[in-house]
Amino acid sequence: MISDPLVIAGRTFGSRLVVGTGKYPSNAVMADAHRASGAEMVTVAVRRVNVSDKSKESLIDYIDRDRIFILPNTAGCYTAEDAIRTARLGREVGLSNWVKLEVIGDERTLFPDNVALLEATRVLVGEGFVVLPYTNDDPVICRKLEEAGAAAVMPLGAPIGSGLGIQNPNNIRIIKDQARVPVIVDAGVGTASDAAIAMELGADGVLMNTAIALATDPVAMASAMKLAVEAGRLAYRAGRIPMRPYASASSPVDGRITPVAVAAGGRAGA
Amino acid sequence: MTIRLNGEPFEIAGPVTISALLAELKIDSRIVAVEHNVVVVKRQQYDSTMVREGDEIEIVRFVGGG
Repeated sequence: MISDPLVIAGRTFGSRLVVGTGKYPSNAVMADAHRASGAEMVTVAVRRVNVSDKSKESLIDYIDRDRIFILPNTAGCYTAEDAIRTARLGREVGLSNWVKLEVIGDERTLFPDNVALLEATRVLVGEGFVVLPYTNDDPVICRKLEEAGAAAVMPLGAPIGSGLGIQNPNNIRIIKDQARVPVIVDAGVGTASDAAIAMELGADGVLMNTAIALATDPVAMASAMKLAVEAGRLAYRAGRIPMRPYASASSPVDGRITPVAVAAGGRAGA
Repeated sequence: MTIRLNGEPFEIAGPVTISALLAELKIDSRIVAVEHNVVVVKRQQYDSTMVREGDEIEIVRFVGGG
């Protein structure tokens, strides 16, 4: 029995860290990093087979399917139609009807095209997909995606691969406050504290790829992220102290010995 | 006859099923998905779906991504 599980569309995950499979130095390092991260769900992209060169190793061979659930994404799609086609192809590979839905609106920032994203979400929900849309840290679009039937909402912390961390913590807090589906901060995490902050803001999970894959030591970073997500979640549930502008002493005021200056009539200690 | 395969012209001898095309390309049908003229082909239909002159075929599989 997992305590404090992450539940998405009725499926239970013991880990709140979701990781990607892209940009690793090798498939072997990726597999080690996945193990170190404790992740139970990883994302994959859908791309053309190289018909003239099939010597490449299959990515799937390096994913431990006994403990890891594969989530196809629609990365690289700039229209709702292409994202819908890609989602359908991802489903037909035959592992599940889940999709991390991305409809990109801008090549440099990789920010989503939320108009197309909403349309694609509606279509795919209608076809029975479990849709996890990657979107902005915008509470309004998150609410609309939830109303359209998204199984979770995935607001970005910062641009994909930027490592900038949580750029708008207050928005993440607002999104979590309003959502009735899980909120997974997806994109922009750079180091462990970013993941912890996301969880402290109340996020139900964190999704990252670059922060681990391109770290100098991906396996060590994967361990760090596992701990950070756990620490952030524990801290969130433990109920933090409020922030105050001034000090509030930790040691009691009563019972202090009489200060020297008062006893000697004003002469300070040597 | 010529078809369009993954965005490139590709020559095949004559109309073939998706299954036969995958076999000829030595592609493991279990780890791919196929689109035939912009429609995803259900794998139960690989044996019965014919590829003809001018058809557009996309064969995809999972790769690393975020």
